[in-house]
Amino acid sequence: MTSIKKDPVLVILQLTGANDYLNTIVPYTNPLYWDNRPKVNIPQDLVLPINDELAFRSEVESFKDLYDKGNMAIIHGIGFENSPRSHFRAMDIWHTCEPDSIGVDGWVAKVIRDLDPAGENVLKGVNFGQGLPRAMAMRGVPVTSVNNLATYGVFSSVRSLTSNEERTQLLDSFARMYAPAIGTGPTMEYLGQTGLDALKGADIIKLAPERYSSTIEYANNTIARSLKDVAQVHLADLGTQVFYTSHGPFDTHFDQSGSHAKLWIEISEALDSFFADLKEHNASENVVVMLFSEFGRRVKDNGTGTDHGAAGAAFVIGDRIKGGMFGQYPSLKPEDLNQGDLTPNYDFRGFYSSLVDQWLGLDPVPIVGGKFEQMSFL
Amino acid sequence: MPNRQEIALMAHLMRRAGFGEPRWELDARTAKGYEAVVEELLHPEEQPAISDELMYRILPGYEGALGPPINQADWVFRMVNTKRPLEEKMALFWHQLFATSNAKVDNPPELTRQIAMFREFGLGNYRDLLIELAKSPAMIFWLDNHGNHDGAINENWGRELLELFSLGEGNYTENDIQNAARAFTGWSIAPKIPRNPLGRFYWKFAYKPEDHDGGEKTFLGHTGNFNGEDIMGIIVDQPASPRFLARHLYRFFVADEPAVSSWNTTPPTDPEAIEILVDAYNESNGDIRSILRALFNSDFFKNSQYARVKSPAELIVGTVRIAGSHDGFRPGYNNLALECGWQGQELLNPPSVEGWHTGPAWIDAGALMRRVNFAAGVLGDTSLPGVRVMIDRVRSFGAITPQQTIAACLDAIGPLMVSDATLRELLTHALKAGDLAWDSDEAVVESENKVGKILTLIAASRDYQFA
Repeated sequence: MTSIKKDPVLVILQLTGANDYLNTIVPYTNPLYWDNRPKVNIPQDLVLPINDELAFRSEVESFKDLYDKGNMAIIHGIGFENSPRSHFRAMDIWHTCEPDSIGVDGWVAKVIRDLDPAGENVLKGVNFGQGLPRAMAMRGVPVTSVNNLATYGVFSSVRSLTSNEERTQLLDSFARMYAPAIGTGPTMEYLGQTGLDALKGADIIKLAPERYSSTIEYANNTIARSLKDVAQVHLADLGTQVFYTSHGPFDTHFDQSGSHAKLWIEISEALDSFFADLKEHNASENVVVMLFSEFGRRVKDNGTGTDHGAAGAAFVIGDRIKGGMFGQYPSLKPEDLNQGDLTPNYDFRGFYSSLVDQWLGLDPVPIVGGKFEQMSFL
Repeated sequence: MPNRQEIALMAHLMRRAGFGEPRWELDARTAKGYEAVVEELLHPEEQPAISDELMYRILPGYEGALGPPINQADWVFRMVNTKRPLEEKMALFWHQLFATSNAKVDNPPELTRQIAMFREFGLGNYRDLLIELAKSPAMIFWLDNHGNHDGAINENWGRELLELFSLGEGNYTENDIQNAARAFTGWSIAPKIPRNPLGRFYWKFAYKPEDHDGGEKTFLGHTGNFNGEDIMGIIVDQPASPRFLARHLYRFFVADEPAVSSWNTTPPTDPEAIEILVDAYNESNGDIRSILRALFNSDFFKNSQYARVKSPAELIVGTVRIAGSHDGFRPGYNNLALECGWQGQELLNPPSVEGWHTGPAWIDAGALMRRVNFAAGVLGDTSLPGVRVMIDRVRSFGAITPQQTIAACLDAIGPLMVSDATLRELLTHALKAGDLAWDSDEAVVESENKVGKILTLIAASRDYQFA
């Protein structure tokens, strides 16, 4: 495990809908790229070369900047064998690490369980977004899921509550209604405890926006808001070690050029703000951000967009990351493709294992369900 | 006038056999008599169906909806607006029991069609339903029966049919699974029409005699050249079948039970109730309607008020039905469908073939916060038509004390029976707020506000989480 003073923190950013690998890390000098992408390509004068073969798209300057500073590892060809072209199934596999059966428990939930076996901190794992991703779901593992940090809490949905005083009154009543009472039965008691846990989590997390001050101005879009929320909770020192959030939709079957660029500009800028914010507070050293998507997209474009593919790229970013490229960009030669898609050459569970083992200091085997080849980006 | 207990019992019946009923509809139902209402529920064909034609004209995106949440919204719309509550509730029951998930099927219209099949066959004969299930293309794909070939069996469907759908663990051998699988070889899907360029096509069941293993099979002590229908005939005559189905019906309609995976070793909470349901099954040759008639008319059912934690679909649909926020064709169903998923019950996408874990397993801190916020947000919105009716009911009592106000509110929102702890807190709150008065415009505004707050608190109570 890397030696650091503060507990390691992992921020997971899910690119929902299947990010187009070929237009994210562009093989801009490969003639096969141009043969296959007559319409949906990144023009040669609009790339930011990494080397003679690969390039970022030009809009993601600050993202490339992280790479140039040696703070980003790019993991090539990630995925799994027999990659299904279904978003739902593929995302499930990424979430549960169970490619051969329908899994129920999430790998992130197992991480949280092992970081906090007694389940003492309801904020050990925090999701920002609507509903809990399956990756964080497991019975008996309390996690917190926040849609909007500024308004998070019981009764946030009641529009008729006009004053804080009214809300406080109702919250007090809520706490008394859920207080332990003798002889109500196990389910009632369980509901009571859970209600008070929810109240407690909301009370603690409320400290984050109260304590937060920063000169960094985040953009006004979903991913920027989510990463700002992550920064606020991280800076409030509430013991959170795993953050989860997502951005999308990356499902660019149609009219890809504009939408794909926009999503990546938003991510690039949001990450730039996020790291600047953490650095301003001297709190970036124990943070690693990872980005993944359920699969890549088809090598050949469909005229205006791209269809579902297989292999993709993952990224890890942080002060402690040994930057560079890891693994092999899959071959674009027709004979090497799998049903027209890039063939995955690196199992995603090895990627998870690297982070779980080398960053979080946990045994990855029970979390990802076996031993997989790790990479040395830490 | 029906008395309070009769009304409470009718509310209970409608919560369980349907998705709840607003207070002002309960008087008329109760006046018809409990058993007459049970019969009405058991015969949905006598009530108007939701017109697909009309629905798809007004909400065209719902027809053959390609993905979540629209395909789920189609179903939520039916749950909210149906005049055939038990038909819809049984569809949800079978979806929970024969859990088929879009995570693998990846064909939402096909799943929607499976639910329609549950509506059509869900109250009929159990054997007929199992045969329809075996022919459901979504199920065939979900459990790989299209890969189950003569001479090269795939056991997935055969195993889950016996373990999860009909007999339960401990009531068959591995040999029975393999022979059941052999009997279902050739039960497959016709070649699919590629999705591009015209979009999605429905899949078709296809029986392929050339791929069917016609040889002799021994299954649960019977020997013969069985085909799939024969297997279902043998299954429904096993003593384990009615027992397993009865436990599922009990868990879904009567009271929370331990997890299904423990049933092999944990006896039912109420063995007598299970016996009553098993008898009804045997007397009717597996007629679901007859079993449900016995269930709803039984004392064990009538005495089970608030013995189950509401599923997210029950909580959400039940709440908007009494609040009148989503009557008829209007936008907003997508959000209701998404909300089901956010609370842990993503319709048409259950977590596994075992279905959802129910009862207290619905509840964790995140889910509970969502459930409370959803119910309190809707029922605390005094502009919604159903909430207006609740306020008017309370107002009809005139100037009343805090005690009377709480009683009137609990009646208008349910009637809902609450624990002493909840009642005490509601009363403490109401005493601070004071009496209701309606003698001036200002008094009306103030009293409506007071009632709104009490309804908000009731919706946020632990008691409201129970069906």
